[in-house]
Amino acid sequence: MSRARESSRAPGAPEAPKVIGGKLPRIDGPLKVSGRAVYTSDVSLDGMLYAVPVPSTIASGRIVSIDAAAARKLAGVRAVYYRGNLRPFFRSAPPQGFSGLIDEKRPPFEDDVVRYYGQYVAVAVAQTMEQAKAAADAVRVRYAADAHNVEPHLATEKPFRTESERGNADAAFQSAPVKIDQTYVTPTEVHNPIELHATVAAWEGDRVTLYETSQAIMNHREVLYQMLGVPKENVRVVSHFLGSGFGGKLWPWTHSILAAGVAREVGAPVKLVVSRQSMFQTVGHRPRTQQRFRIGAGHDGKLLSLHHEYLNQTSILDDYGEDCGEATPFMYSVPNVRVISALAHRNIGTPTAMRGPGAVPGLFAMESAMDELAIALNIDPIELRRRNEPQQDESSKLPFSSRHLVECMQVGAEKFGWARRDARVGAMKRDGLTIGWGMAACSWGAMRSDAQASVEIARDGTVTVTTATQDVGTGTYTVLALVAAEATGISLDKIDVRLGDTSLPPGPISGGSWVTASVIPAVSNAARVAVRSLLTMSTTGPNAPFAGAKFEDLQFANGRVSRKRDPSTGVPIGEVLARANARAAVGDGQSSTTLGGEESKKYSLHSYGAQFAEVSWQPETARLRVSRFVSVIDAGRMLNPKPARNQIEGAVVMGIGMALFEEARYDKRYGAPINSNLADYIVSTNADAPPIDVTFLDHPDPVLNEFGARGVGEIGLAGTAAAITAAVYHATGVRVRELPVRIEDLLRG
Amino acid sequence: MERFQYTRARTVPEAIGIAAQSTTAQQSAPIRFVAGGTTLVDLMKLDVERPTRLVDINHLGLNAIERTADGGLKVGALVRNSALAQDPAVMRDYRVLSEALLSGASAQLRNVATTSGNLLQRTRCMYFRNTAMACNKREPGSGCSAIGGENRTLAILGTSSQCIATNPSDMNVALAALEATVHLQGTKGTRAIAFQDFHLLPGDTPNRETVLEPGDLVTHVTLPPPRSGTTSRYLKLRDRASYEFALASAAVVVEVAGGRFRYVRLAMGGIGTKPWRMTAAEQALTGAPVDEATIRQAATLALRDARPQSQNGFKVELATRCLAHALRLATGMASV
Ligand SMILES: Cc1cc2nc3c(=O)[nH]c(=O)nc-3n(C[C@H](O)[C@H](O)[C@H](O)COP(=O)(O)OP(=O)(O)OC[C@H]3O[C@@H](n4cnc5c(N)ncnc54)[C@H](O)[C@@H]3O)c2cc1C
Repeated sequence: MSRARESSRAPGAPEAPKVIGGKLPRIDGPLKVSGRAVYTSDVSLDGMLYAVPVPSTIASGRIVSIDAAAARKLAGVRAVYYRGNLRPFFRSAPPQGFSGLIDEKRPPFEDDVVRYYGQYVAVAVAQTMEQAKAAADAVRVRYAADAHNVEPHLATEKPFRTESERGNADAAFQSAPVKIDQTYVTPTEVHNPIELHATVAAWEGDRVTLYETSQAIMNHREVLYQMLGVPKENVRVVSHFLGSGFGGKLWPWTHSILAAGVAREVGAPVKLVVSRQSMFQTVGHRPRTQQRFRIGAGHDGKLLSLHHEYLNQTSILDDYGEDCGEATPFMYSVPNVRVISALAHRNIGTPTAMRGPGAVPGLFAMESAMDELAIALNIDPIELRRRNEPQQDESSKLPFSSRHLVECMQVGAEKFGWARRDARVGAMKRDGLTIGWGMAACSWGAMRSDAQASVEIARDGTVTVTTATQDVGTGTYTVLALVAAEATGISLDKIDVRLGDTSLPPGPISGGSWVTASVIPAVSNAARVAVRSLLTMSTTGPNAPFAGAKFEDLQFANGRVSRKRDPSTGVPIGEVLARANARAAVGDGQSSTTLGGEESKKYSLHSYGAQFAEVSWQPETARLRVSRFVSVIDAGRMLNPKPARNQIEGAVVMGIGMALFEEARYDKRYGAPINSNLADYIVSTNADAPPIDVTFLDHPDPVLNEFGARGVGEIGLAGTAAAITAAVYHATGVRVRELPVRIEDLLRG
Repeated sequence: MERFQYTRARTVPEAIGIAAQSTTAQQSAPIRFVAGGTTLVDLMKLDVERPTRLVDINHLGLNAIERTADGGLKVGALVRNSALAQDPAVMRDYRVLSEALLSGASAQLRNVATTSGNLLQRTRCMYFRNTAMACNKREPGSGCSAIGGENRTLAILGTSSQCIATNPSDMNVALAALEATVHLQGTKGTRAIAFQDFHLLPGDTPNRETVLEPGDLVTHVTLPPPRSGTTSRYLKLRDRASYEFALASAAVVVEVAGGRFRYVRLAMGGIGTKPWRMTAAEQALTGAPVDEATIRQAATLALRDARPQSQNGFKVELATRCLAHALRLATGMASV
């Protein structure tokens, strides 16, 4: 690949203000809008073949026979593989920390059992995509079907598992003067990034390069080398640009292993692009959750107890747990808490993390219950939360590293005009429509993971930053360029960021909203080391320009090394390097994880926010739209507010979908997700996106990194659906506890 | 997708001649006209439609909007949906048609989609579009998966034990209320079919959707002259704000004089197996006072024969409200 393709900077990209906290457009923007950014499914290699998998059309049973004779005769077809004629794959060993993770652990074709509709049972390889599709369609598979179970109502199979407990929640609830006891349901939601999952696999001898739609290339390599049975160093994973993932592209899925295996067998590079329909089956989803939430409270609104009992669907073989109770133990001050969880296995594809896993469905339940409590008590919902603001994380007994939830609510209330609220149902009108207002609080864990980065300062004054993380489309290229510019004092237009290649220094996953927090310390350390190496070259060596000078007396500014006392002594980078006969000054840096680290033993690390929704409602036609949204986020210091705002806006739009539209429906008779396309799986359109007012409080969180930055990829979705359903209640009097809100529900209003 | 032969027809007789070789003019026919292709090509990619020959009719002209001798409008089969929606005469005299078109699909699709293609667009029933599942419309005799399945969006009027698929078109609802006429040309000459008679009920042959015979080409649609004093509106209800088919929609054409309905034409979409004229409600309203009670009664009457399925019972109520509100809009009793 050419340098231009790999590099983040488009030739001629505009130079933008070089200040942290400025509003820098994405440096990769021009590449993307001009179509020059090479995404995985754009990768085209000499002699490349196309693979199209054959999905099962039953949800449970056995494969009796596979007849590929007709398929093999079709034009352009090179091979059809299935269990028995493809070299088997291994399972990967259990993960260690955030390495070696995979949700669907069974390699393709491991046995002849079908456990979900759409499971790959064969794969056709041909010269063109169309030929491969025709061949895949022509493969005849006979099944012995068993009864399948895609029942949406969830019941425990085993006793609940305790996630968090303190005090005596049962007794406190029993004797509480005011009680809320409701069950909240969130449906199966599908990530549906616009970019389809894809793999291009190219072998050279026993080495393979995988072009991947991956949010975690290092992990991808860790899993794939094991499953393919080759040395780790023989696997290279590349992911330069992503058309988003929302968590669906974090861990490897069966198509990737299949593409690699097939390419090895057929002896040519192979491209496999997952169909939109298969994206509802084989690459994960947010599982259906069913959450009973109980609150015991005093008449003064003080919380006495919380019970959070939740179940989620998972697949037959894998135990994916949706961590709905994540925020429950620390969100509010309450002496008695019980959080328990259980799984319900179904004949569905394996679920996976989706934007704000756990907290997003969990906060829908908790914040809805809080709203119901506020109504039961006739207390303003902001005031109710304020009265229960904790002084510390009461589950871990640790101080918060930085928590400004009350300020989020205050600022939000002001921006929204909350003081004008008439709390009576249906009391507020505008332009012939009924208006409903609702709010919810939210949180999302703040973390940092291990990361390494390298920085090179070259003779021509350009800087190259490298780390094997990836940019999901959120602006990682840009933020790392900013950090390098800040640390070296070299202007942004001279900084080139290279990501998305496992041959670079190991970087973090693009998940959990950690990338920024994790990788910026590594990059800024690396940049400082590189500057130091430049200063060392300035003082030591036979031709050093400042030979004998003390290191501390020198500075590097404006691309020159000079004596601090006398900036006019400046020597340009090029000259320093030339005199030392060095190509570049280099530095490596790293950051370490907070998981089990010092900070996590001392602090409770979370971001917070407050979401305010307005809906407009026409009772005559049951038509409801979100008409306004205010989101106030406390996620530390914003390094680059422009893409950060974009993240929150996008999450709010997704939250509108979560609240009002999105649900994958399984046909009980076929066991198939039946609305597996973007016409029948309804997501928000532009017309559904109201004006969204985003505010960042911008209080630095010094515990996480020197910049005080936390991530913002997920928190915008947390609490959003609860704020909307609260507004729906306020407008219509209908409390919807099972998402999405449907016209059916609203006809009762 | 199956292999197919592509022919660009240069004249109407040529197109008809080729298509007449088909044994059936219905949707499983091996020879098919292609206009905008937004329905047909989509379904071919899904293997739902498997024609062996496509006759491209985009070069036949048939793309003008003209006044007829009686003062009505003649709309060529190949007039694009966007052109029709934005035609000044349509916007002025047949507002309901413009509104219906603009509520459908997306700007990009409307720029390509044609009048005849829209008229003949196929159902969005998820089982029809999925070849792994039984569907009598796609494969006669295979059964109907929608009955007892995911049928929230499907029909409550005109269903049979073989099919409950909705006619999804917005345009068709407006044309029904406007009492349009569909003009065909076939091997035996031309025919004019009243809009109401053009689409067929599914009955035991849901694969047969219209009166078209092998070779029949829709050449144009005519609209009767606009009645002075009438107001017309289209109201579409759906889950999201745009880019979605109707759960219920109503096209109303009314004339009010002296506080009473003098002329009423009503049709509904999203709820019927074909575009549905609400004749009982039309009769009930004609001559009746324009007030809330009358409108509600008529709307309830309109849905009297609804037969909901397992998941779409709400459509009876929704459609009733939709029709009532469209009447309020058309009579100025409501503004939003
Ligand atoms: C994503 C999406 C969303 C949509 N949303 C909506 C919506 O909200 N509301 C709505 O109403 N529609 C909607 N549509 C449907 C759209 O309106 C139709 O696809 C379009 O009108 C079809 O026109 P066409 O010219 O492309 O037809 P084609 O695909 O070319 O043809 C359709 C059928 O008509 C036949 N045919 C075409 N012309 C003639 C002729 N002159 N004589 C005889 N037979 C003919 C063809 O053989 C074929 O069977 C949507 C479509 C898509 C893809």
